[in-house]
Amino acid sequence: MDTDTKVAPAEPLSRRQLVERLFGMGASALAVALSAGGTLSNLAAPEPARAATPAAGIATKRRFRYGMVIDTRRCVGCRACVVACKAENKTPPGVSYTVVVEQALGNRTDDKPLFMTKPCFHCERPPCVDVCPVSATFKRERDGIVVIDYDRCIGCRYCITACPYGARFFDFGENYPTVEGGTAYAGVPSPEYGQFRQRAKGASPVGNVRKCTFCVHLQDAEGRYDKVAGRWPACAKTCTGHAIFFGDFNDPDSEVSRLIRERQTVRLKEELGTEPNVHYLL
Amino acid sequence: MDATGLKRLFWISGAVLFAVGLVGWYDRLAYGHLNANYGSVVTWGLWVAAYIYFIGLSAGSFLISSLVYVFNAKRFERIGRLAVFTAVVTLFLALLAIWADIGHMWRVWHVLVYANFKSPMAWMIWLYSLYFVLLVAELWFLLRRDLVAGSGLPGPKGAIYRFLSLGSRDESEASAARDRRVVRVLATIGVPVAIMFHGGVGALFGVVAARPHWHSGMFPIIFLLSALVSGGALLTVIAAIFQDGWRANRDTVLALGQMVLGLLLLDVLFQISELLVAFYGGIPGHLQGFRLAIGGPFWWVFWWWQLVLGTLIPLLLLILPTRKDPRWVSLAGLLIAAGFLGVRLNIVIPGLAAEEIRGISQAIASARMTTYYVPSATEWLVTLGVVGLGLLLFGFGELLLPKEHEEAGHVRA
Repeated sequence: MDTDTKVAPAEPLSRRQLVERLFGMGASALAVALSAGGTLSNLAAPEPARAATPAAGIATKRRFRYGMVIDTRRCVGCRACVVACKAENKTPPGVSYTVVVEQALGNRTDDKPLFMTKPCFHCERPPCVDVCPVSATFKRERDGIVVIDYDRCIGCRYCITACPYGARFFDFGENYPTVEGGTAYAGVPSPEYGQFRQRAKGASPVGNVRKCTFCVHLQDAEGRYDKVAGRWPACAKTCTGHAIFFGDFNDPDSEVSRLIRERQTVRLKEELGTEPNVHYLL
Repeated sequence: MDATGLKRLFWISGAVLFAVGLVGWYDRLAYGHLNANYGSVVTWGLWVAAYIYFIGLSAGSFLISSLVYVFNAKRFERIGRLAVFTAVVTLFLALLAIWADIGHMWRVWHVLVYANFKSPMAWMIWLYSLYFVLLVAELWFLLRRDLVAGSGLPGPKGAIYRFLSLGSRDESEASAARDRRVVRVLATIGVPVAIMFHGGVGALFGVVAARPHWHSGMFPIIFLLSALVSGGALLTVIAAIFQDGWRANRDTVLALGQMVLGLLLLDVLFQISELLVAFYGGIPGHLQGFRLAIGGPFWWVFWWWQLVLGTLIPLLLLILPTRKDPRWVSLAGLLIAAGFLGVRLNIVIPGLAAEEIRGISQAIASARMTTYYVPSATEWLVTLGVVGLGLLLFGFGELLLPKEHEEAGHVRA
C-alpha cells in the first residue's frame, strides 16, 4: 500500500491502473481517493480521460510506438514522398507503400483540393494480421511496426481484403522498363527489412503482399531512428512541405506526441476500432 | 436428347475444356500472376469465385449424401454414393482453382504447418483437409465390396478395381454390414465438419469488417444454404446423366427437384432480407457492393445470369407441371448450378470493387489499382480447364464406379 501511494501522484494513471490500485489500497484509501477529487462516475467512465494526457493515454507496453502525424494543410501534392519511398524500397510498378490521394472538397471557399499522403497506419489492432492464415504478417513486439515475412507469405491476399485503408499491395512481378532492360539500376537490391533481396522472377517478394514498413531497415540495433543522421522514413525525410511528422508516441517529448497533445488530430475510419498510428491534421 | 447423346456431349466438352485449360495452366506456371487481371484493389477474382463455387457444390452434395447415410432418407438412397463421389470431385476442383490463385503455389504446405488459428482461412483449411480425408475414406467404404467383387473382371477394369480395393478380399455379408457401420460413423462426423468448414468459408468473408458488402452475420448461413441449393441442383443433373440416367433415377431426380425448390426459395428469402435491410439503412458504404452488383458495369450478371437463368426459370420449371418430368427437373438443376457461378462472382467482386480510400485508384498509375475487373484470358482458361477436368473425372467415374442397384446387397459390377 505504501508503494502504491508513493507511485500514484508521480505520473498520470490510466483508468485501469487507477482501478487496480484503488482495489489494492482498500476501502479507507478509496474514501481518501474519492474525496481527493475522484468520483464514482469517473471510475465508471467508458474511456480514460485521454484528451488531458494523450501521450500517456496511448503509451503501450512496447518499447516504441512509432507513428506519424500528417498535416494535410502543409501537403502540396508534389508526391515527393511517393518517389522517395520508391527510391528507398525499390518497389515495382503497382506497389507503392505510400500514395497521395487528391480530393476536391465541396464545403470550402477556395478551390484547394485535399491532398493526403497515406502510408500504412501500423494499427494498434491491425485486422490484416489476424486474418493471415500462416502468421506471415505480424506486429513487431518492440515497436509495433506491421511487417511481412516474405518467405512465409503464400500470397493469398486475404490481408489486402482485410485492410480498411488500402495499404497493402500484391507484387505481380512487373518491373519498370529500366529494371526489365537490365540497366545498372536493375542490379541494386532493395534494402527492405535489411534483407537486400535481388529481384528475380518468381522469387519473393514477387508473389507476396507488400506494404510500408516505416523504413524499418533504417533503425539501429536498439530500434531507434535518427533524423539528423538521415535514418528516418524516406517519405518523412523528403517531404517538401514538412507535412509528414514521424516519431515515437511512447515518448511524451517526441514531436508526434506533442502534436497530438496540442492539436486536434483525426484518424481514418475510427469506427472500425483499428486504432491507426497515423494521425491527420486537417 | 437421350442419355447416350448427353454422355457423348459430356465427354467431348470435358476433353475440349481440359485441353484449353492446359494453355491457361502453362501461362500461370510460366508467368505467375503477370497475366491475371486482378490487382491490389479487386484482389480476388474469378479463381476465388470458382473456388467458393466448387467448394459449395462439394459441401452441398456431401450434406445431401448424409441424408442417406446419417438420416436414412430412403428416397435419396440411389444417389448416395454418387453424391459422395461428386463431393470428392468438386472439392478437388475447388482446391485446384485456389491453388492457381495463391502467390506462391509451392508453399501450400505452410497453411498446415504455420496455421494461425485467429484466421478463419486457417480454420477453413484445417477443416476441409479433415473433410477431404473423411470423404475419401467414406467413399472407399461405400465402394469396397463392389470393388472386391469387380476385382475378378478381365482386362484393365479388373486391374483398376484390384488396385482400388487396396488388397481387401472380403465379400461377405458381415463385411458389408461393417462397411455400413463405418460409413455411418464417418458420415456422422462429416456433417458437423462440413457445416463448420463451409460456414467457415462464409465466415472468411463475413469477418472482414473493411468490406461492408461481406461483413454480415448472415454470410456463413447463406453460404451453407446456397451450398445445399447448388449441390442439390448439380446432383439432379448428374443423376440424370450418370450411368442409368434419368430413366432409372426418375423418382430420385423428382424428389431432389422438390428439395432444391424449397431450399432455393429459402435462399431467395435470405437474399431479399439482406437487400432490404441494406437499402433501408441506406449507408453508402454498405450499399456500394449491392449497387455495383445490380447496377454496375456487370449488372447483367445479377439480372440475367443470376436472377433470370439461375433463379426464375428454374423456379418455374420446378413449380409448373414440368416438375414431374426428370428431364425438365435436371434442366432446372443445370440452370441453378450454372447460375450459382454468377452468385459467387457477385459475392467476391462487388465486395472488393470499391475504393477503400476515396481517390486511391487514381493515386498511382497502375492497372493493378483499378476498381474495374474483368477476368483475363489466363483466368478464364484455367477455370475452364478446371471445369473440363471435372467433367472428365465424372466421365471416368461413370465408366468405372460400380453401378447403383435396385436391391441392396445385389452385386452387379
